[in-house]
Amino acid sequence: MAQTLEHSTALQRKQSQGTVASLAAVNKSYGEVQALRGVNFQVRAGEVVALLGPNGAGKTTAGKTTAVKLLLGLLQPNGGKVRVFGGDPVNPENRMRTGAMLQVGRVPETLRVREHIDLFSSYYVNPMRREAVLAVAGVEKLCDRKFGELSGGQKQRVLFALAICGNPDLLFLDEPTVGLDVEARRMLWDEIRQLVQRGKTVLLTTHYLQEADALADRVAVINKGEIVIEGTPAEIKAQTAGKKIRCITSLSFDVLRRIPGVMEVKHDREAVELHTAQAELTVRELLSRDGQLSGLEVSSAGLEEAFLALTQDGSRGGNESNGTKERQ
Amino acid sequence: MSTASMALTNVPIARSPQETAKIYLKEAKYEFLKNLRLRMYTASVLSFPIMFYVLFGLVLNAKEAIGGTRVPTYLIATYGTFGVMGASLFGTAAGLASDRGLGWLQVKRASPMPPFAYFAAKVITSMIFSTIIVLALFLLGFAAGGVRMPLSGFAGLLGTLVVGSLPFSAMGLALGYFTGPNSAPATINLIYLPMSFCSGLWVPFMFLPKVVKQIALVLPPYHLSQLALGIVGAASHGAASTHWEVLLAFTMICLGVARIGFQRDQEKMYG
Repeated sequence: MAQTLEHSTALQRKQSQGTVASLAAVNKSYGEVQALRGVNFQVRAGEVVALLGPNGAGKTTAGKTTAVKLLLGLLQPNGGKVRVFGGDPVNPENRMRTGAMLQVGRVPETLRVREHIDLFSSYYVNPMRREAVLAVAGVEKLCDRKFGELSGGQKQRVLFALAICGNPDLLFLDEPTVGLDVEARRMLWDEIRQLVQRGKTVLLTTHYLQEADALADRVAVINKGEIVIEGTPAEIKAQTAGKKIRCITSLSFDVLRRIPGVMEVKHDREAVELHTAQAELTVRELLSRDGQLSGLEVSSAGLEEAFLALTQDGSRGGNESNGTKERQ
Repeated sequence: MSTASMALTNVPIARSPQETAKIYLKEAKYEFLKNLRLRMYTASVLSFPIMFYVLFGLVLNAKEAIGGTRVPTYLIATYGTFGVMGASLFGTAAGLASDRGLGWLQVKRASPMPPFAYFAAKVITSMIFSTIIVLALFLLGFAAGGVRMPLSGFAGLLGTLVVGSLPFSAMGLALGYFTGPNSAPATINLIYLPMSFCSGLWVPFMFLPKVVKQIALVLPPYHLSQLALGIVGAASHGAASTHWEVLLAFTMICLGVARIGFQRDQEKMYG
């Protein structure tokens, strides 16, 4: 965790370099299913952004996957603007500067790993050296194997190699570690970190909160086609971990902020709303300092449940509407 | 901007013509290797016409003649047509349907690959396999069936069959856009096998029932086989120019259908 924070502050400086990819008021629907509704989202140079959403289980209609495909120019939005490097994503110049790892059902199985890499490298004007690609993706030993002979984790690494072989500035990784075991997942994370150190910009989608936390400078949680919360992993965790306390009190904001556990204080009509990491401690303090305190309500911040709903099936979305969306 | 026009006119940005040519070559080379190592492809596409030819042309009827042409010679034309048709239909439709349906084509489209290179590779690969089939049939006939023809005659036969495989590649592209990854091989067979029979590729045209002969007139393999038979000096039906015209028209129709499928895919998501 501490490492992640350090890492993100180091990259904060780069973030001022400008937006490399953006969605502006983008709508996209597949028939009845609305995958994205009025989504605004930016990826800035040098950062790693995670789009965190429910496990789509390969569903092409998942909002996060749709966002990636729009940015790759594989889909057209029903409304809004999609921009990559300031232009239309289908521009061949843009494709030359981007690499993509998508969820694929079947890759030609009779070609060898080095042959796949050779072919994809030839599409780019300034590809990475083959040895470098193999090393970064950790597939040196698989070079002469046919794709069909590889395990799930090895296949993902080869797809990763194909995404990076053109030495792209911007990398899209759609659920890069789905279906991998813990060890393979950590290996891929290391490989992604290596790229980030070389100054690449990465947009990844995932349904693992942990993955977003381990890799991303910034996380956007997407559910039912909308971004429900966006921030650094630390910010998001702070919000998901705590409890919400609502009460009518005469205590000033300054006093409230100094109460142990309190992270955030807000007006909520006639009452105040506190966000706390330690609900019991905060409540005890509140009651001892203000004998007149009334209307006390303690509730879960909502996001935790929302996250659970998100990472499970995404259908149990009742909770997030009372806390999360209003707060946005 | 129109995505269709962009995809059809291959725009080599910051890439020299040599580099673009290199991509086309690599794409074709790997498509060929991919199919060559795919037992399902080589087994059905190469071995069937060769097996049929050996059995019916060399083992069983080698001494017979059809309308003055020796059977081993006659059957090179008809099984040759059968062979190039299979190589082209399976070479384009099966791969395209699978790549489309299972997401691989999206990975390629997301890369800076010139879009046309993908299709060109499939067509070129099918032509190479067509060449292999015709050569194999001829060599077998030459070695075991006493087939002799002037070099120009052989070159004409090979050229006609390989160029004549293009309508079937076009048909394969159209099929590949309108079939799923699992249904494609069955659908191809459902078209390929009856069409071959009705066009006189298995039973010589003159022995076909009258109704089937009528149907054959609208089938492209009938026209290609008649062209090939004309070259080997067998009695053929109809004028060569008419056969070419029918094949050309059929190619254009198939490419039109494939284009509709292509645009449909550009506009909406894959299945």
